Amino acid sequence: MSNIPTELKYASSHEWVRKEEDGSYTIGITEHAQELLGDMVFVELPEVGDTVNAGEDCAVAESVKAASDIYAPLSGEVLAVNEALEESPELVNSDAYGDGWFFRVMPTDAAELDNLLDAEAYQAVIDEE
Amino acid sequence: MANKTVLYTKHLESGAKMVDFHGWDMPLNYGSQIEEHHAVRQDAGMFDVSHMTVVDITGTGAKAFLQRLLANDVAKLKVSGKALYGGMLNHDAGVIDDLITYYLNDDFYRIVVNSATREKDLAWIALQTEGFDVTVTERPELAMIAVQGPNAKAKAAEVFNAEQNAAVEGMKPFFGVQAGELFIATTGYTGEAGYEIIVPEAQAEALWQALLDAGVRPCGLGARDTLRLEAGMNLYGQDMDETVNPLAANMGWTIAWEPSERDFIGREALSAIKAAGADKLVGLVMETKGVLRHGMTVCFNDDAGAEHKGVITSGTFSPTLGYSIAMARVDAGIGETAEVEVRNKRVPVRVVSPCFVRNGKQAF
Repeated sequence: MSNIPTELKYASSHEWVRKEEDGSYTIGITEHAQELLGDMVFVELPEVGDTVNAGEDCAVAESVKAASDIYAPLSGEVLAVNEALEESPELVNSDAYGDGWFFRVMPTDAAELDNLLDAEAYQAVIDEE
Repeated sequence: MANKTVLYTKHLESGAKMVDFHGWDMPLNYGSQIEEHHAVRQDAGMFDVSHMTVVDITGTGAKAFLQRLLANDVAKLKVSGKALYGGMLNHDAGVIDDLITYYLNDDFYRIVVNSATREKDLAWIALQTEGFDVTVTERPELAMIAVQGPNAKAKAAEVFNAEQNAAVEGMKPFFGVQAGELFIATTGYTGEAGYEIIVPEAQAEALWQALLDAGVRPCGLGARDTLRLEAGMNLYGQDMDETVNPLAANMGWTIAWEPSERDFIGREALSAIKAAGADKLVGLVMETKGVLRHGMTVCFNDDAGAEHKGVITSGTFSPTLGYSIAMARVDAGIGETAEVEVRNKRVPVRVVSPCFVRNGKQAF
């Protein structure tokens, strides 16, 4: 059974979203997603200052097994990216909800949050796969 | 219902993630395939390869039979225990399987074939026995454990008894010896030193546990694939199959053309292919980000500027080198560079001999 923290929101494409104190949101991929992909070898991230659109691919997680597009769960400006993943992509495997975060976005449309799933609904998505 | 090897419970005990592999429930990894890969390159790892098929070929006609059956020539095997790698071809020179043959004596050879090809191999072999005084005996009661890495032999020595250690003392690469209950061979699929150990099923769990206790790390199919690809070793069904001749699969060195009167199956077709010019299997290296993968298209220009295309048969991220490597089937005109279509863009790659890592070090 995968670890799905209840304080986070999720996209059905296996990204997680965490609200930060400044109103921005940190985004990564779930424990379930990293388990499916296996050992991560490259992560391509957007650049700070980029604008990302909800539902569009904006990063790539490439494991030994496969390359997988990562979709922005929210629209907005990229405030920060996890530069540690450049040297240590395995952080996505070892700490998917912590040190393995991908990027942080300041959302432009708070209503998009309503489209995201809570932990229970995300669990249901996994169960259906 | 998937087949399970006798070590299935041991894999679960070590936290294996199991996957279906051609009808066998096998360990993909025990957590991290990259860490398992490094264990084999730097220390010692082990693989359950009990799904592979051991077949004994016995009888006064064994040698003549194998000289007909295989493209390599078992007459090269003169010292007991010596092993030989090569292909078993069909009449069109397509590779039915690649296999290792051990010479035990003139009336007794042992071959080890792939699991995915077991049924068609056995059917083909049975078909060819007509007219030869041979007995073909599958040995499904035997399990197999491969122990590989720079410290593999030393750690295995802690597990072997005195008789077994005496038997393997000074044994050169590509030999096998029956020592007590174990058939111990200096072969492998990783490019490292080590053993492949054939063990009766009843003792396989105890041997696996003893190797674990000696500090040998269990490794799954994921690491097995990256290790064999770094070593430039073919995977049947991916780098070659019955539609591919051995010259186009980097197996030219396993074809024994001499003596010219030896009429091995596929010889006539293979001679014609050789005369006409065969494709070849080359190595590709991509040092930029990204991973070369099976099925990607390789493009290159010949001297006249015309574009040629080939295909990647196996590609992966090389954990030892830190970038991507691949094997690709191309026509013989390829030069030192090419381009690969990776995720909708063309990326330059270097063309090298298809052997990337040997004994822990870069080999090209």
